Amino acid sequence: MSLLHLAVLSPLLLAILIPFLHKYFKNIHTGWFLLPLPAVLFAYFLQFISTTSHGGTEMETVPWISSLGIDFTLKVDGLGLLFALLITGIGALVVLYSIYYLNPDKEKLNTFYVYLLLFMGAMLGVVLSDNLIVLYTFWELTSFSSFLLIGYWNHRERSRYGAQKSMLITVFGGLSMLGGILMLYIITGTFSISETIQMSNEVVNHPLFTATLILFLLGAFTKSAQFPFHIWLPDAMEAPTPVSAYLHSATMVKAGIYLVARMTPVFAHSDIWVWLVAGVGVITLFWGSFSAVKQTDLKAILAFSTVSQLGMIMSLLGAGAAALHYGTIKDGYYIVAVTAAVFHLINHATFKGSLFMVTGIIDHETGTRDIRKLGGLMNFMPITFTLAIIGTFSMAGIPPFNGFLSKEMFFTGMLRVAEMDIFNMDTWGILFPIIAWTASVFTFLYSMMYVFKTFTGKYQPEKLEKKPHEAPIGMLISPVILASLVIIFGIFPNVLSHNIISPAMGSILPSLLENGEGFDVHITHWHGPTAELFMTIGVITIGILLYKFMPKWTGVYRKFPERLALNRFYDRGLELMEITSRNITRSYMTGFIRTYLVYIFSFFILALASTLIFKDAFKLDFSNVAPIRFFEVVLVLIMAVSAITILFAKSRLTSIILLGAVGYTVALFFVLFRAPDLALTQLVIETVSVALFLLAFYHLPQIRRNEERIRFRATNALISIGVGAIVTMIALSAHSNKMFGSISEYYVENTYKKAGGENMVNVILVDFRGFDTMFEIAVLGIAALGIFAMIKLRLTRGRELDENK
Amino acid sequence: MKTNDVILQTVTKFTLFVIILFSIHLFFAGHYYPGGGFIGGLMTSGAIVLLLLAFDIKTVKMILPFDYIKVVAVGLLIAIGTGAGALFFNMPFLTHAYTYVYLPLLGKTSLHTAVLFDTGVFLVVIGVTMTIIQTIGESE
Repeated sequence: MSLLHLAVLSPLLLAILIPFLHKYFKNIHTGWFLLPLPAVLFAYFLQFISTTSHGGTEMETVPWISSLGIDFTLKVDGLGLLFALLITGIGALVVLYSIYYLNPDKEKLNTFYVYLLLFMGAMLGVVLSDNLIVLYTFWELTSFSSFLLIGYWNHRERSRYGAQKSMLITVFGGLSMLGGILMLYIITGTFSISETIQMSNEVVNHPLFTATLILFLLGAFTKSAQFPFHIWLPDAMEAPTPVSAYLHSATMVKAGIYLVARMTPVFAHSDIWVWLVAGVGVITLFWGSFSAVKQTDLKAILAFSTVSQLGMIMSLLGAGAAALHYGTIKDGYYIVAVTAAVFHLINHATFKGSLFMVTGIIDHETGTRDIRKLGGLMNFMPITFTLAIIGTFSMAGIPPFNGFLSKEMFFTGMLRVAEMDIFNMDTWGILFPIIAWTASVFTFLYSMMYVFKTFTGKYQPEKLEKKPHEAPIGMLISPVILASLVIIFGIFPNVLSHNIISPAMGSILPSLLENGEGFDVHITHWHGPTAELFMTIGVITIGILLYKFMPKWTGVYRKFPERLALNRFYDRGLELMEITSRNITRSYMTGFIRTYLVYIFSFFILALASTLIFKDAFKLDFSNVAPIRFFEVVLVLIMAVSAITILFAKSRLTSIILLGAVGYTVALFFVLFRAPDLALTQLVIETVSVALFLLAFYHLPQIRRNEERIRFRATNALISIGVGAIVTMIALSAHSNKMFGSISEYYVENTYKKAGGENMVNVILVDFRGFDTMFEIAVLGIAALGIFAMIKLRLTRGRELDENK
Repeated sequence: MKTNDVILQTVTKFTLFVIILFSIHLFFAGHYYPGGGFIGGLMTSGAIVLLLLAFDIKTVKMILPFDYIKVVAVGLLIAIGTGAGALFFNMPFLTHAYTYVYLPLLGKTSLHTAVLFDTGVFLVVIGVTMTIIQTIGESE
């Protein structure tokens, strides 16, 4: 365990303590206990800058399942560090904000903060682990914790709907990614990301390459809400606003971006990657910004805006990946897209984070987020207004804020795409800058809508639930910090370039660098009268015009056929799935245990008999059979007689006793074959289960013989004879087929040497195969819980019915 | 179901301790002779079942006021905790350690972390059997 591992796991460890802290310090808002953790982690991660800014990395390993190549390896490099700083930095601000946002009297704070910590730890794990399986584990943990956070207000139907939607879509992507990871393992033979990157040439030339790439991208696209998987993100806005600020703008949705950036060195040598990533990104960018304009809920506007901005970063990563294709830096000609991607990643976290917080403030102080009801809030909330101006202007790409800089670079990147010959079709490349520019117009438009429809215009007090006033100071601290970062990064962008952006780019495009070399990033405000400048001027002019004449053209949105909407497809699909599965379930779930047994045993016979036949596995060999002794014959006879008698038993008590007799005879067999452990277990189990039968005896109905028809019993007999025959055949073949030596020699030799014990069975149970035992007792525990729930729940339901009478 | 079987009850009072002592012996002997957490736990629950048969559920609950579901949880925690403990020594999950010490009276004795793990198994087995028996028995 290194300090780095501790840092990643510390949120999870603190999560265990939260319920106790919440219980014993009732008067203190639970968030205060949380706040120091991300702050300390932020400071801790800051010190890695000195390592990464010179191209160095730090790697720590804890062996986990080394024999399968799965180790808990953490690696801090430029890219991981950038994300770690975002997660902890924004995390600290969000926690601070949430302390004022969530009312401790009304909300279940302990669960909220446990989920939040779970998420924070998971996210750190995703961005810092160097092992793909570990990454996948943390990746699914982020899906899971975000599901819990979205459904935090689980009494609301919309929250549950949104939570389920995000879960279904992101977990679908996650599972695809797992498939991709396994395929990559087949190609490279390693789960380590660093090693995989070094083998990228073999990966590209492998026949599985395209499939692997697509599976990975599915994971990234679903997580980062790329078209057409973006539909979950607007519904995720049912979560409390601090969650939206944290998960759905600054961190979780960027996990997909992270994955694409991380895997760029592996996949980007192929043009499919460039095509897919840049293409899907650009479509998402356009569709997100286009849809944002028609929203009336402030949070929905921001949600679609996030979708679109994520698309923008994605397209930049795709376009930048082309640099690897050319294999040169060439005065930063192609890599400017990657610079823009990394820079915008940071910018987006700052301005979108602050905007979400602003939305939370408006919601908190007025009781609504509907822009049709809001207006004229400028006079009541001047500070919030200022924050909103800074955030939205940055989002719209207006100087001097940081969004302007990254947007200019974005245009540069897109213009470069048009010039690339990698796309083979000269005319198609030009689409990229055109779509990008159109999307930017819409971005400008919704940014203006957000700020001016809320803060200027007519004040409508009658439509608001509360009388608006400025937010408490505590709620303002976090957005003020973020907004000041927006300005600082806008005016002095180069504070980031050497320490943060350049090392992150080094991790995305490692093969372009010589050893110890770094990318020379220099972001400037003024490039002279270039195409990009005119594009920005165009965006602002057209944007203002469109905003002025909005009522005249918004009819376009109503023309879009409702039944083609993606959400409809999702809902319809879900409904169909539910109906189909219900029908299938109904057809076999009859509620009679004998039906289930018939299914199970028939399958058993079919599967095993066909295997025996097709694999030609049945073999008889009596050469090394021990002689049958007198006692064994007697025991077999007793067993057979009692088993057959069960069939003809008239009363239940008789059959229970006979069943016990069979069990005890088996125990005697174990004694004869010198397996005292098994014999003991069997004896006690028999005793306890007979006692159990007797306990439940009074509830069982009388045996009725005549209710089953003859035909039915004939099938039953056939099936049971079949099962018996198959089991016998397998036992005989297993005895006769000696394909390899018995492993018992190993245990005989090592039981004392390695585990210091003499009872082989027990040593195997607790030592050599302790993992099995652990899961077995877990299964036992679950079974007990199941029985408990089944019986107790039925009882309470019966009681409720009685009360209703 | 009210029974008042004096013979069974008197016998139970004596044999109960014998069975439980035997089950503890089985539990600790497990590493060298037949026994172990699984059998020990089953034997103990067998003893409690005997108690249940001789007396009724209410009396037994008074004598042994355990929430058996929690016993399961504690057992699982102990088992997993023992496994996880190895991680702190940079060893793979579930690595056991053992050593020999000389204790007064007992002489050379071996100490195993496996026993801790087995304690978890022991508790889970008791908890599971008793949960099942009690829930079914109580539903009367």
